[in-house]
Amino acid sequence: MSHPVDEPKGSEITPEAVYSNRRAFIGQAGAFVATSGAWGGALVAVSSRGQADPPEAPPPLPQLGPTTSATAAAPPQVIASPYSTKEAKTSFEAITTYNNFYELGLSKSAPARNAHKLVTRPWAIGIEGEVEKEQLIDLDTLLKWFPLEERIYRMRCVEAWSMVIPWLGFPLAALIKRLNPTSRAKYVAFQTVHDPKMLPGQRQPVLKWPYVEGLRIDEATHPLSMLAIGLYGGALLGQNGAPIRLVVPWKYGFKGIKSIVKIRLQETMPKTSWSEAAPSEYGFYANVNPTVDHPRWSQASERPIGQSGRIETKMFNGYGQHVAKLYRGMDLGTSF
Amino acid sequence: MATRTRKLGWLQPAVLTGSVIPLVVISYRAASGGLGANPIETALNQLGLLGLVLLIASLSCTPLKIVFGLKWPMRLRKTLGLMGFATIALHFLVYLAIDKELNVQDVVDDITKRPFIAIGFSAFVLLVPLALTSTKGALKRLGSTRWRKLHRLVYLAVPLGVIHFYMRVKIDVSEPIVYGVVLALLLAVRLKKRS
Repeated sequence: MSHPVDEPKGSEITPEAVYSNRRAFIGQAGAFVATSGAWGGALVAVSSRGQADPPEAPPPLPQLGPTTSATAAAPPQVIASPYSTKEAKTSFEAITTYNNFYELGLSKSAPARNAHKLVTRPWAIGIEGEVEKEQLIDLDTLLKWFPLEERIYRMRCVEAWSMVIPWLGFPLAALIKRLNPTSRAKYVAFQTVHDPKMLPGQRQPVLKWPYVEGLRIDEATHPLSMLAIGLYGGALLGQNGAPIRLVVPWKYGFKGIKSIVKIRLQETMPKTSWSEAAPSEYGFYANVNPTVDHPRWSQASERPIGQSGRIETKMFNGYGQHVAKLYRGMDLGTSF
Repeated sequence: MATRTRKLGWLQPAVLTGSVIPLVVISYRAASGGLGANPIETALNQLGLLGLVLLIASLSCTPLKIVFGLKWPMRLRKTLGLMGFATIALHFLVYLAIDKELNVQDVVDDITKRPFIAIGFSAFVLLVPLALTSTKGALKRLGSTRWRKLHRLVYLAVPLGVIHFYMRVKIDVSEPIVYGVVLALLLAVRLKKRS
């Protein structure tokens, strides 16, 4: 009696070798995908750093002037400046995600990610040294003393890239004048806040903290030198040196000390962080100078952020007509 | 042994594919604006670091055999080395063609005036003959002894690459030092084996 059930014909039976080969193939394909994915993913993780998302809009400016019902809603009056360049501004996104602020992290994108840790109110600035009266001034009090100006300045980083930034602030000269410096005030020293809780980068000894900078008194009182509290019409973000920073457009960007808590007028040349860390690479003056190269790269040209290609770097970052006279008779090759 | 060889047939293609993935990621990010505000600097940094990691991975194959008796990494040595070279070649090409816009005078000035560039360039140049003689045919033509002598150049090229990285970093040198220590350990294993 034959079985009515259809038994597969011998030719239809998958040979065992093929069957086990397919299993082996699937196993190998899985191993291939897992290994290539893991190896590729590890290489991507090691070689690239996380990018920072740009903030959507600048935060509103702090309330300036006496608060009344009439002024409460009105934005502060901002004066346009004849010192502004007409060059195209760098995007808000680039200005707020590509930063050197080691106190908030060593990579370019880290400061934007860590900026929320920096608490900028209340904020006071110590005024010390050769002034009529040493004092601790609340920042919001200080901001009521001076009208705000918008100044669109070129910013040339010592790393051979540049931006065009619409700063909001007031001339440093106006503050210094108000402080009535004595005749012994030959230099101005600045200091960044020192608080590793707000500035986690200060836990790493990459520079001697706090960051310090300085200017000669004639540089500090030059009308181009300003203290900035905002950019692009809003308040400064942490990564840009909130709540108040120095801007000296004819010098390399590292002179623009951020998150200032101390301003001291003094008779002797102050120490500056980068010239202390690497005196052969960074000097006290740090004037933008295409003829004095950094030991590791040329300063003759720069890469404007947001544009393709390089442009020639100008002496004093293009502000020579205003500031060259400050350095007459000096050898800028040795006093770099 | 034959079945074992067949079993691991997927390994070398997988590592090759994995080594190409970061290049695809960098190209995609470059095209989509994902490299940030200074894409050329970012691409140079990432390609340089990636090339160094691949070359050090290639140099770790023999020590893994010496210390742990692992044989399978040896199948990857050539793939990792060639991918490392290809990545460093791309790093140099981005510097030459995009960063320096093919301005040969600028590049010559950079190489002659700046030790940082000169050392990186030397490392790349030293890798070229190794890549050119990576085929079986070249090994036969040169003979095993001469081939191995020539390929010792890698022990000069990769440390130069680490020094180049060390000099590139402005102030925080911890990362290049980690690579330097790993490289030193790998070389120490071989020297110990020879003595």
